[in-house]
Amino acid sequence: MRVLRDTVAEGDTTWSKGGSDRPNKEGIQMADVNRGNRPLSPHLQIYRPQLNMVTSILTRITGNALILGGILVTWWFVAAASGPEAFESFNGFLTSWFGDLILFGSLWALWYHLLAGLRHLYWDTGRGLDKSEIKNLSLAVLGGSAVLTILTALIV
Amino acid sequence: MVQLTLPKNSTIRTGKTWPKPEGSTNLKRFDIYRWNPDDGENPRVDTYFVDLDSCGPMMLDALIKIKNEIDPTLSFRRSCREGICGSCAMNIGGINTLACIFGIDEVDGDVKVYPLPHMPVVKDLIPDLTHFYAQHESVMPWLETKTNLPQKEWRQSIDDRKKLDGLYECVMCACCSTSCPSYWWNGDKYLGPAALLHAYRWIIDSRDEATGERLDDLEDPFKLYRCHTIMNCTQTCPKGLNPAKAIMQIKKMMVERAV
Repeated sequence: MRVLRDTVAEGDTTWSKGGSDRPNKEGIQMADVNRGNRPLSPHLQIYRPQLNMVTSILTRITGNALILGGILVTWWFVAAASGPEAFESFNGFLTSWFGDLILFGSLWALWYHLLAGLRHLYWDTGRGLDKSEIKNLSLAVLGGSAVLTILTALIV
Repeated sequence: MVQLTLPKNSTIRTGKTWPKPEGSTNLKRFDIYRWNPDDGENPRVDTYFVDLDSCGPMMLDALIKIKNEIDPTLSFRRSCREGICGSCAMNIGGINTLACIFGIDEVDGDVKVYPLPHMPVVKDLIPDLTHFYAQHESVMPWLETKTNLPQKEWRQSIDDRKKLDGLYECVMCACCSTSCPSYWWNGDKYLGPAALLHAYRWIIDSRDEATGERLDDLEDPFKLYRCHTIMNCTQTCPKGLNPAKAIMQIKKMMVERAV
């Protein structure tokens, strides 16, 4: 353990997992985690999906999907600026059933990402971090985004 | 780095199905992860059947029964059988917990038992925790003082002592850290919920005189800030503690001292 401590104390952020580049290899045979070609235990494959975990990754997925949604809308504006023919063809795509589907999905992604972002701001104040609150906030983000998406679609 | 699949030497094969015990009506099926360091094979999942009428109520009772009566080669860590040593931490029914305080009846249907996720496996259900312990040590989990030693003990008010409740109870079982996807992908540099909970325990200890140094040490893009509030840690802690909240308190202190 002495050796491990020293490795950490040097401020080296990439702690070695193997034993090869550590000083004084003699004393740390027990600590050589790669000994015998050890397998990595399963993780994502076996972990039961939890509400908190799913709503967390959805924040990231919606955020990235919105980049693509944003590009589509920008394309639409660019098409409008470049002339009636270009606009016609791209507008045709965006108002087709497939375009509708993408825009509806983006709408939900926008509401979801917004609500999840607000949840993060709330957490950043140190509140809403107890187990029951985590569950309620997750349900609120999922339910709220669904309701707001449908409302927006009905109104607009 | 994010790696969603298992490396080649870690993919899991179907293993052996052990015969059912004769003359019992109340059988429960256990699918248990096995890996033998000596045979050069990939990990596999073996299937066992346990007669619940002649078995204790806890998951650890079933594992011990399997080891005693069916397959003595099954390896796992255990010691206190009452949730205080933290040895029998493993993934049961998809979540991390201590086998000794987790009831068999808490899992509907077949029980799947794996070692703690995303760790190097020593044998069967035994993960290598060396790196986890080194990270714990890196947060200096002890009282750091600068003033001269008091004649008797370092004194603390009742209110200040209360701040340690919900933190000091941690038994270092590693359930939280190994439930954290962020720790899975960046565990080499991110300290993980357990070490950070311990860091916070000493940061807010009124007797400790190294608070600034402790915070300085955590002011790092990886050590602390790889926590993305996924909260699997809090969800899974078998002792009912809240590492996510402790981490958020450290982040708050970082902001408060900067402004």
